Amino acid sequence: MSENLTPQPPSLKGREGSTFPLPFREGGQGDRSIPLDVEAIRRDFPILERQVHGKPLVYLDNAATSQKPHQVIQALVDYYQGYNANIHRGVHALAEEATEAYEGVRRKTARFIGADGPQEVLFTRNTTEAINLIAYTWARDTVAEGDEIVITTMEHHSNIVPWQWVAQQRGARLKYAEFGPDGTLDLDQVARLITPRTKLVSMVHMSNVLGTINPVAEVARLAHAQGALMLVDGAQSVPHLPVDVGAIECDFLAFSAHKMMGPTGVGVLWGRRALLEGMRPFLGGGEMIEQVGRDSSTYNVLPWKYEAGTPNIADVVAFGAALDYLATLGMERVRAHEIELVDYALEQVGSIPGVQIYGPPQAERRGGVVSFGLDDIHPHDIGQVVDYQGVAIRAGHHCCQVLMKALGISGTARASFYVYNTPREVDVLVRALIGAKEMFSGKANGSVAR
Amino acid sequence: MSLDDLYKETILDHYQEPRNRGQLVDPDVATRGHNPLCGDEVQLQVQLADDAIRDIAFGGRGCSISQASASMMTESVKGEPLAEVDRLMAAFKEMMVGSGSTDGLDGHEDLEALQGVKRFPVRVKCALLPWTALAEALEIWRRAARASLDHKES
Repeated sequence: MSENLTPQPPSLKGREGSTFPLPFREGGQGDRSIPLDVEAIRRDFPILERQVHGKPLVYLDNAATSQKPHQVIQALVDYYQGYNANIHRGVHALAEEATEAYEGVRRKTARFIGADGPQEVLFTRNTTEAINLIAYTWARDTVAEGDEIVITTMEHHSNIVPWQWVAQQRGARLKYAEFGPDGTLDLDQVARLITPRTKLVSMVHMSNVLGTINPVAEVARLAHAQGALMLVDGAQSVPHLPVDVGAIECDFLAFSAHKMMGPTGVGVLWGRRALLEGMRPFLGGGEMIEQVGRDSSTYNVLPWKYEAGTPNIADVVAFGAALDYLATLGMERVRAHEIELVDYALEQVGSIPGVQIYGPPQAERRGGVVSFGLDDIHPHDIGQVVDYQGVAIRAGHHCCQVLMKALGISGTARASFYVYNTPREVDVLVRALIGAKEMFSGKANGSVAR
Repeated sequence: MSLDDLYKETILDHYQEPRNRGQLVDPDVATRGHNPLCGDEVQLQVQLADDAIRDIAFGGRGCSISQASASMMTESVKGEPLAEVDRLMAAFKEMMVGSGSTDGLDGHEDLEALQGVKRFPVRVKCALLPWTALAEALEIWRRAARASLDHKES
């Protein structure tokens, strides 16, 4: 179906005052040498105008979820006010418009990640569900006793727990690649871990704690050389860097809309067509069937085979506006902006006495995430104090308890950036951290002789 | 609501200059309170005699609220008869997760400083952590005392 036939819901018609004329422009990843117009971008994000505890909001919790531009918010409103209907089986105009909008976003998503076609793009609730889908379908049918699944110690719990279950149920072994003191993996060690018994390598593309960008393309080659498949957790990478599944040559990629300006409740699982065709369905119900008999059923074709029940139509439609927004910015420019910010943050935060920064020391080797400790101050105390300066950061284990154990700590404070963040906001963070340091300096947590 | 409601001067004072932090030479009971979600840890050592807390010390690591609360608690219960410790424990819980009243904490102004924590729900657990460890220590001690009594009677 030609893109030109897509009805243009009001959300795609652009809006007066919008920085980025929509609709979606085909094109490359943006000229990296032209920096983002951050002030113009900030005007597209209404929430950035609010104050927190009487101070301007400095939102540095983007690795948890990003803020949404008005184009995305408007797309939700337009959908509900203009063409809300259930999709696929309706014969009326609204159902056709909603179906076209929903399927149009599937095509956009496919283009955004360089997929071979929209059939390879499945919508889930989030990254976690996308990973679980593979665990519940492909892995349970494929992994046998004595087989191995290789992951890393920097994985999010969502890329650990499903594989623990598969390993327990199938009698397989879960093996971990360890990261070194600079927060990066040793490719030789990864290569040694992957054996002919390895069925799957599942690895985070960009660590949500260390910021480390892992060499997933090289690891995919290592996995394939041993006959294993490669799943990439792209929850942190797809929103922040150009990601092309054809270049990585992985087999599955999982990510979430809400970390890339889209609404919550939409995840994406990309998989190679032949694999998805060969796997059994995940959830059973409406939409995923072809014919239902009394005792058995046949299943729909890709991608609908994996989308049982009414999907999250409104949020998928609005995710389309987020993809448009990012495509217009250009992912190369997004990446360049974040390298610059992280470089500045590493230098400024790192210059506070008593700060320990985790992860690679070079901004080029990491995404827009800076995790740190400050003296012996508990991350929750740091987070609470900077909150009163309007600064939103995250504190705790970041759903990475295995990683925390490897670092020998219980948690970190974490600042994470996106396109609308500025060096001035890093300065506000640094001042707030110095305030926290002054507030909590003392003998606590130390070994005090009695 | 300001940050000072949470981090009162008394709390920061206990955090920076903790009382009873360290180890007892010969504790009767030792327990450990741990919140795996935030990593807060309070280790408690208690020495008991004549139905009273003779000595108490704490160790561990964690946020300012959990560590200050442990320091304040040890100061409040040290030397107190167990009946009074039970009463204080109930009064502290009433302040933190009950009505919020500080009526039962007369004479323990430092403990009252934690009242503001009630308005920061995620931090209430931090304040309660040392008390939970103390409740467990007393439970262990009482069970052992009952068992030894039963043993003598039989």
